Amino acid sequence: MAESLQDMTVDGLVEQDSTTGDLEIQNYTINFGPQHPAAHGVLRMVMELDGEIVERIDPHVGLLHRGTEKLIEYKTYLQALPYFDRLDYCSPLAMEYSYVLAIEKLLNLEVPLRAQYLRVLFAELTRICNHMLNLGAHVMDVGAMTPNLWLFEIREDCLNFFERASGARMHSAWFRPGGVHQDVPLKLLTDLADWLDTFPKLFEDSMSLVVDNRIFKQRNVDIAVVSKDDAVRWGFSGPMIRGSGIPWDLRKSQPYDVYDRMEFDVPVGTRGDCYDRFMVRVEEVRQSARIMRQCLNEMPDGPIASLDRKVVPPKRGEMKQSMEALIHHFKLYTEGFHVPAGEVYVATESPKGEFGVYLVSDGTNKPYRCKIRPTAFSHLQAMEFMSKGHMLSDATAILGAIDVVFGECDR
Amino acid sequence: MGHSAPRYAVLDGLGDAVAATLGNRLLATRFTQGEYCFTVRREAVAEALDLLRDVHEYQQLMEIAGVDYPDRAERFEVVYCLLSLTKNHRIRVACTTDEDTPVPTVTHIWEVAGWLEREVYDMYGVIFAGNQDLRRILTDYGFRGHPFRKDFPLTGYSEMRYCEEQGRVVYEPVKLAQDFRNFDFTSPWEGADYVLPGDEKSLGGPPQSPTPKTTDKPSDTGAGAAANKEAAKPSENAPKEDKA
Repeated sequence: MAESLQDMTVDGLVEQDSTTGDLEIQNYTINFGPQHPAAHGVLRMVMELDGEIVERIDPHVGLLHRGTEKLIEYKTYLQALPYFDRLDYCSPLAMEYSYVLAIEKLLNLEVPLRAQYLRVLFAELTRICNHMLNLGAHVMDVGAMTPNLWLFEIREDCLNFFERASGARMHSAWFRPGGVHQDVPLKLLTDLADWLDTFPKLFEDSMSLVVDNRIFKQRNVDIAVVSKDDAVRWGFSGPMIRGSGIPWDLRKSQPYDVYDRMEFDVPVGTRGDCYDRFMVRVEEVRQSARIMRQCLNEMPDGPIASLDRKVVPPKRGEMKQSMEALIHHFKLYTEGFHVPAGEVYVATESPKGEFGVYLVSDGTNKPYRCKIRPTAFSHLQAMEFMSKGHMLSDATAILGAIDVVFGECDR
Repeated sequence: MGHSAPRYAVLDGLGDAVAATLGNRLLATRFTQGEYCFTVRREAVAEALDLLRDVHEYQQLMEIAGVDYPDRAERFEVVYCLLSLTKNHRIRVACTTDEDTPVPTVTHIWEVAGWLEREVYDMYGVIFAGNQDLRRILTDYGFRGHPFRKDFPLTGYSEMRYCEEQGRVVYEPVKLAQDFRNFDFTSPWEGADYVLPGDEKSLGGPPQSPTPKTTDKPSDTGAGAAANKEAAKPSENAPKEDKA
C-alpha cells in the first residue's frame, strides 16, 4: 500500500513541479469505523496518518448511547436492574454486581452466605465467558482464525450455564438486591465442577496456538507500551493496569462478598504492552477457574436471598399460604422498595476493569441519580496516546487489548 | 454483619487531616455509609484535587459525575471520585455550579479528566474552564440541549427515522401515541401533597371558572358582543311601555 501511495504522490507532483527533490507528502485522514469488524462495535476513529504511521486519533464514541442513566432515574430500583445486563453485554452479571452491591450498601442489607458464594461463582464464570470472547477477538484482529472458533465453544458452554441458572443466556437479571433471584439445581453445580475439569484442555490447546507464535508476538510485543505512571494518570483499571505491572485487583484489595475467602493470584505484566495485557487475561481465566472450584467446594446450604421481606419478595409457594407474603409481593413488584437517602460509589472488578456505580438516593423508590463508571471510557480515551507512532494495523491490536464493548462505553 | 459491598481501608481522622490540608478551600465534610465526601469551593477545586493527589496519595481519578438538583441556587453538583492505590481508599470531592459558571478543569492533573469533563458538559451543560477540547461526546452530532438535566424530558424533543420517500434519515419532533406513565406510589395516608381525584368537592365546592358567564339582562345574550347589540334594539312589535 505504501509503495502505490508513493507512486501516486510522485505522479501528482510531477505535473506541477519537475524537481522531485523535495517532495511534500501530506498527512491524510481516514475513518476507522463506525462499521469496521475490528472496531468491536460502533466506534468511529478519525485517524490522521502519515503514510501508515498514526499521527493522531480522535475516537468518536456515543453511537450506541441509549441514555441508560436517565432511564434508570424513571424506574424503580428493581426495574432498573436489567438495564445493567445491556451495558456490557459480554459480561452481564459483572455489570449487575456493582449495582446490587450499591443498593445493599445504601440499605445496609446483609446477604446470606450461599447467595454470596453463588454470586462469586457466577461472576467468575462471567469473567471466563468475557475473556473467551476478548481473547478470541484479539487473536482474530491480528490475523489468526482458529482460536476464536475454539474459544466460542467454551463461551457457548458458559452461556448454557447462565441459561440453566436464570433462564436467559445473556440478559440474566439474576443478581438481585439481597441475593440472587433463584437457587440453582444441584445438577448444575456438579456439571459446573465437571466442566471446570474439561474446559482447560480446549482453552490451553487454543492458547498454545498463539502465545508462543512468532507472528502473534510480532504483532503484540512492544506495541502500545504503557508505563505505570501513565496507567495511573489515564485512569486505567483491570487487566490494563495489571498489564502495566501494578498488582491492583479490587477482588483482592477491596474484597466484596466472599472474595476474601478465596485463594487466587493476581497476574501482572512486566512490559506493559499488548502482549502483556493478553497474557494477563489468559492467566485470569485460570485463576477464575480456581476461584470457581473453591466456591463449589465451600458453598453452604441456606437461603439464596435476604429474608428481609421489605426488599426481597417472597417465593410463590409462600404467597399461596400467607396473606402477608401476598401483600409484600404485590407491593414490591408495583411500588418497589424505598432506599434511604444517601450516596455511595461502589466499584467491583468486572472482567474489563473497575466498573463503578455512583448511586444517589433521595429516599424514594427510584434512584435520584445513577452514574455508571464504564471501564472502556478511560481506556479508549488513551487510544491516541497509545497508538501514536504505531502503524495503522497496530491500532486493531491495541483496540483488541483494550477489550472495549460499546454497550458499556456509551451507556 | 451488614452489607457485603467492597471493603477498603478504614482511615481514622482522615476528615481532619484533609481539612487541615485543604484549609479554607473546604466547605463541608460528609461521612455517610462509610464514605467521605468533601465539598470544596468551586474556584479551588483544581488546587484541592492537586493537593489530595500529592499530599494524601489519591493517585487515580476514576470518575466525574454530574448531578442535577434543580431546587438549589447552584443546581449542578460535580462529583470527583478519587482512588488511592497505596492507601487502598476512596473519597469523593464535590463542588457546585450553575449553567453559566465554569468549573476549573483538572486535565492538567489527570489526562483521563478530558473525556469525563466532556461527558459532564454534554449531559448537564457544565462548563469546564481550561479544557481544550470541550466538545460533546455521547450525544448525536448536532444535538441540542443537555439530556440528563431533570427538566429535559425522558423522551427528548426529536426523533429520527429513515424516510423511504426522501431516501434519507430525517429528524422529526417526537410524536407519541401515549404519554410516558409516571406512576405515583406515595401512599395517600403518608403525606401525599396533591389532591386525590374527587377530594376537591370537600374543599370548597366544584371548580369555578374565573369569570362565570351570566345573562342577567336581555341585552346579555351570552352569544357575544354582536348579538348583544342586536338584542339591545327595541323590537317594532313590542308593546308600548305603560307611562302611568
